[in-house]
Amino acid sequence: MAQRIDVKDLNIFYGDFRAVADVEMAVEPRSVTAFIGPSGCGKSTFLRTLNRMHEVIPGARVQGSVAMDGVDLYGSDIDPVAVRRQVGMVFQRPNPFPTMSIAENVLAGIKLNNRRISKGDAQDVVEASLRGANLWNEVKDRLNRPGSGLSGGQQQRLCIARAIAVKPQVLLMDEPCSALDPISTLAIEDLIAELKSDYTIVIVTHNMQQAARVSDRTAFFNLAATGEPGRLVEIDDTATIFSSPRVQATEDYISGRFG
Amino acid sequence: MSATTLPEGNAELRALLRQVDKGRHRRDRVMKVLIYAAFVLAMLPLISVSWTVLVNGIERFNAYFLTHSMRGVYGGMDAGGIYHAIIGTLEITLFATLISVPIGLLTAIYLVEYGRGALARSVTFFVDVMTGIPSIVAGLFAYALFAVILGPGIRMGAVGSVALSVLMIPVVVRSCEEMLRLVPNELREAALALGVPRWLVVIKVVLRTSIAGIGTGITLAIARIIGETAPLLITVGVIDSINFNLFEGRMMTLPVYVYRQYSQGLVPCTPGDLECIPTINYDRAWAAALTLILIVMLLNLIGRLITRFFAPKNLG
Repeated sequence: MAQRIDVKDLNIFYGDFRAVADVEMAVEPRSVTAFIGPSGCGKSTFLRTLNRMHEVIPGARVQGSVAMDGVDLYGSDIDPVAVRRQVGMVFQRPNPFPTMSIAENVLAGIKLNNRRISKGDAQDVVEASLRGANLWNEVKDRLNRPGSGLSGGQQQRLCIARAIAVKPQVLLMDEPCSALDPISTLAIEDLIAELKSDYTIVIVTHNMQQAARVSDRTAFFNLAATGEPGRLVEIDDTATIFSSPRVQATEDYISGRFG
Repeated sequence: MSATTLPEGNAELRALLRQVDKGRHRRDRVMKVLIYAAFVLAMLPLISVSWTVLVNGIERFNAYFLTHSMRGVYGGMDAGGIYHAIIGTLEITLFATLISVPIGLLTAIYLVEYGRGALARSVTFFVDVMTGIPSIVAGLFAYALFAVILGPGIRMGAVGSVALSVLMIPVVVRSCEEMLRLVPNELREAALALGVPRWLVVIKVVLRTSIAGIGTGITLAIARIIGETAPLLITVGVIDSINFNLFEGRMMTLPVYVYRQYSQGLVPCTPGDLECIPTINYDRAWAAALTLILIVMLLNLIGRLITRFFAPKNLG
């Protein structure tokens, strides 16, 4: 189910402004890859190009290629909507649909696409996805209550359940814990560790301990100065990045001696 | 625990914290008075209008008045009602809404979800221009349009609906646009990231989330046009009997009824004729105005209920 992603010569533009320059990396299947780096260095922008979500922003475009298992996601015959079904995404702030119940939120990917699903199948998907997101035991008695009534951490796990309900190959997470308290963060991190046996996971985080805890490989992004494009400085096994990085800037950043 | 039991504390700090800016305190008072005065000033005409209409209109406001037309009523007869005008107002307003809401809502969706660049800017500009069209001009426009198609002298309910929708469309566009912009972008992104095509995101997430606000906006737009008189006078005309057909013949509407009754003035009664009420036309006008206000209030109430029913629920 999980796929590898190969990025070659990727440049990302907002209008005329080059936000991210010359990224080249491979994301391994069934592993967690973390993106770290200072604010504004293009981590989130780059993450959004992996499921073509950045195209939602007017004026945004890319050059280069993002290949999933050898298929270029930016090929002329590729449908961005289909790409997003294969590459799910969890956002920084939990965003359950306020008009939907917990169960409907989990089924959102199916219901919003007007796909028919039998009641039994729907129940199975809801239970499997909520179990997958470690939320089942907390919400199984109130599946018909609004999703927005849950706590922040529960809402974020609901969003993860919603993302895995459509059975994507890759799961992108854009700072999924930055709006959460430490206990909820721990719950999500445990969940990430479980999910990586089935999915390829890419996570953007500002929390370096979190990157060290959950990821197998870590990529460090940096930008030379404001107004300059962000660049991938290095990507390596997480242990290597945090113990003996090849580039001085990486070491400065993770040891707090940045700038 | 009274304040006297507390220790004096640091005198220096007390001096720093003590309120010394007398001017600010005074300005606060003055602004408070001004704001309350403005509120009262704004409420006075509203209360005065409601009270006057209620006092003058309640006399003739009864079941007979609501269920009879003006057919065969003349002079100072103690008879006549507004049934035909209620039918006309409701039908013409409903048809105007049926024209305006799809056009207005689709325009708002275009502006918020798809519109970029020059086209979107010019659409916004022309909607603003449309907001400023005097209602009589809207009436003349609709009359002229149908006169070209169906020949001069044409008068029917549907023409009035077209005139009213010219006034209603910009209001619907504006209020729906505001409501659609209130939908957090995160919800759109959440749906898009699930692999939902854009048009389904608009229908099932954006519209579904903002439906309550859109309902309120449409109710307000209806309230805005239901009291229009001038365009209906031109396009629909006046009639004393009941006409259910929007597409043939003149119709009566409540505002036009009020205008017509009031402009007829006092009835010259022959002395000794006890059946004759000199002020009957004024009484009918007031009662019809009361009915119109009640209809608008009822519409607002329905709008509120719709809002409450569809609003995103946030129960623990």
